[in-house]
Amino acid sequence: MTAPHLPAAHLLEVKDLTVDFLSLGGAFRATNGVSFHVDAGETLVILGESGSGKSVSASAIMGLIDTPPGEICSGTITYRGKNLDDCGVEERRDLNGKKIAMIFQDPLSHLNPVYPIGWQMAEVFSAHGVATGADARVRAIDILGRVGIPEPEKRIDQYPHQFSGGQRQRIMIGMAIALRPEVLIADEPTTALDVSVQAQILDLLKKLQAEDGLAIIMITHDLEVAASMADRVIVMNSGRIVEEGEARAVFENPQHSYTRTLINALPHDTAGGTGRRSTAEKGKPILEVKDLNKFYGLPGGFLARHAQLHAVKDLSFTVAKGETVGIVGESGSGKSTVARVLLRLNEVSSGEALFHGRDIFKMDAKELLMFRRKVQMVFQDPYSSMNPRMTIFDIVSEPWRIHKDILDKPRWRDRVVELLGLVGLKPEHADRYPHQFSGGQRQRIAIARALACEPELIVCDEAVSALDVSVQVQVIDLLAQLRDRLGLAYIFITHDLPIVRHFADRIIVMKSGAIVEHARTEDIFRNPQHAYTRQLMNATPRPKWETAQAAVSLPA
Amino acid sequence: MAVFGFILRRSAQSLIAVIGLLVLVFFLSRLTGDPAYLYLPLDSSEAQRQAFSEANGFNDPIYVQFGRYLLGVANLDFGTALSRNRPAMEVALEAFPQTLKLAAIAMSLALTLAIVVGSLAAAKPDSLFDRLASTASLAGASAPDFWVAIVAILVFSVGLGLLPTSGTGTPLHWIMPIFVLTLRPFGLLVQVVRGTMISALASPYVKTARAKGVQRSRIIFRHALRNSLLPVITVAGDLAASLVNGAVVVESIFGWPGIGKLMIDAIIRRDFALIQATVLITAIAIFVLNILIDLLYARLDPRIRFQAK
Repeated sequence: MTAPHLPAAHLLEVKDLTVDFLSLGGAFRATNGVSFHVDAGETLVILGESGSGKSVSASAIMGLIDTPPGEICSGTITYRGKNLDDCGVEERRDLNGKKIAMIFQDPLSHLNPVYPIGWQMAEVFSAHGVATGADARVRAIDILGRVGIPEPEKRIDQYPHQFSGGQRQRIMIGMAIALRPEVLIADEPTTALDVSVQAQILDLLKKLQAEDGLAIIMITHDLEVAASMADRVIVMNSGRIVEEGEARAVFENPQHSYTRTLINALPHDTAGGTGRRSTAEKGKPILEVKDLNKFYGLPGGFLARHAQLHAVKDLSFTVAKGETVGIVGESGSGKSTVARVLLRLNEVSSGEALFHGRDIFKMDAKELLMFRRKVQMVFQDPYSSMNPRMTIFDIVSEPWRIHKDILDKPRWRDRVVELLGLVGLKPEHADRYPHQFSGGQRQRIAIARALACEPELIVCDEAVSALDVSVQVQVIDLLAQLRDRLGLAYIFITHDLPIVRHFADRIIVMKSGAIVEHARTEDIFRNPQHAYTRQLMNATPRPKWETAQAAVSLPA
Repeated sequence: MAVFGFILRRSAQSLIAVIGLLVLVFFLSRLTGDPAYLYLPLDSSEAQRQAFSEANGFNDPIYVQFGRYLLGVANLDFGTALSRNRPAMEVALEAFPQTLKLAAIAMSLALTLAIVVGSLAAAKPDSLFDRLASTASLAGASAPDFWVAIVAILVFSVGLGLLPTSGTGTPLHWIMPIFVLTLRPFGLLVQVVRGTMISALASPYVKTARAKGVQRSRIIFRHALRNSLLPVITVAGDLAASLVNGAVVVESIFGWPGIGKLMIDAIIRRDFALIQATVLITAIAIFVLNILIDLLYARLDPRIRFQAK
């Protein structure tokens, strides 16, 4: 097997990998002739948007592609010069977790919900015959400490749902590095996490890499995460590698047009300029929120008093016609609660919100119906907020069934076509179903549905968070255009501070239910007053080559 | 502490339901007709019948009879079984263990077999084994138990002469009733296990286990199975409850002296006290079963907590 006369083989090498997935509609080529390699101590980033095939090659390395429906048409994967196809079933299994390990996006669903984490960690040792019983437990505690779980002796007997998202990913990483593997594959490991937690996880990966000399293959759609981790990058689009090279060269001087599109789509680095911010004069406020408070009751124990969660604390702000107010915060900051309370989807605890001078919280059923016509909402996941059995025509025209005075029935068809045109869709799309569209298209449909009511204010709750970067920019462009043409106002709720930079007029930064900073967008970005705001901005990962330089220049 | 509170709360809820059930059974059973016509010889005179009804209190207004019954229940006196001239509850409690044994064996057998067959079928969907298991389980789930019972008697007792047609006494007497009672739950459970196991095996945590290098058998029987058990146990609980009821048919056919046969006899003979006693026992058994299942749920899934509602 070994060939001493050849140059030293790479630690892990994938050559000409072509994988098909069979479905009812025929075969779909997920990757097409993909080749890459990784060596000890380096990080290779596979960058691509959803559907680019970036996860498939990783699954192939781990032997996780089920056949059928998958089919590995051609290609070889070699580890230390050994072709994995030549391994027996048992040999291949033993490689997983011991020499090559993998961590995934969304650690909650990737940890088994019914077993304590200690059980799941100990399994890594027992599955490879390294340790069992009390010995495995001691080792598991040791590793929990290494990946930064406080009080590991106590927490080892807890279940996955008792940990925070960041801690769960730490546990996943702990399981992966338990046997000191040589290759770690990380598939979107920080995608579901808050920016500050993301930074901690990336730091942990870098630390472990430095300590163990791990080779990391990192799969991500996030350019900043990619830049902060990568030594080398490959960019994938539609199952093919379109660009590869040293990270800095690829990011600073992209050769392929697709890479350029991706990098230009980044809202973050272009300093200054008002971009997509509105230019029109602001009128008088249409919405005035005063001292809004919301408490949630938490389930208490037996005979114990019910605790309360103060989800929103004394929130006050205004929104004028044609204005965009960004509400930024991490998970648990209460930002989505604000939206739900303002639309009276949840009851308010105290405070008032005047919409054209009328208090929303005191409206009767009839007034509320009129109010909800004027204020629409766009959600994060347009797929689950649309009835899958309704056509796009039914979905967009539904508001007219509820508010009968908006439009006569014979004119519905024309108006739906017009609205679809407004959001950049075609007339023939009206007769299709939600599942026939991409994520970005579905969000456009959700916007068209919101516009059908001829609203004055649209509340967007993480409306672009689930979309690929290039699509995010398109949707924000669309929202900005509609604002300028129709005089709409937006409340734009997001966890991603930079995304609102060129779109919002004012930004409210929330933490633990309270406003920590509220200022005009330029002021926030140029001169953030509050430490938390600065932390949010700095949490955005910085390119590896810059931080490396900084580290070198520091001691001087 | 929380568990204790939960059991207390559920028992209180069950008590209300039991009382409702007793009221219903009390009045409904009295719609079946006058017991005097069944217990006395056909040629008895009207006066004799009157005397019988008078002696047993059937002539009092129904609400008086009901009050008397409730008073009795409160003092743990469930009346006399006319057809046997013994306390009704004593007769019912004698028969109940016979049914319980039959149902427990049948259910354990059905559950164990279904878990093994269903898991193996799910491990290799569309394999020969999977197809055989699916066909067999579908047949088992669809065959009516009275028909299976009669055919079994015809084949094994009448035709081959291997097994006794009915009654109790030897281990051989158990075989056919258990087989007939097991068949339907087995068939249904195989399909439930197979379905939940297929989705469990496609879940993200199984992917993690594969990436960790965990052995295939361990992935199936530890990772996936444990997560699949919740829906399986829900269905198994329903089936177990219906086994206690389904025993009526099987016990009648095989002459098994259980509570199902006793109930039917009591109805046919208009033995009101015995009807009420058997229904009460069965109802309590089903409520206890449901509480046990809820406790098992919490044991199996750490995310379930006994929350106050």
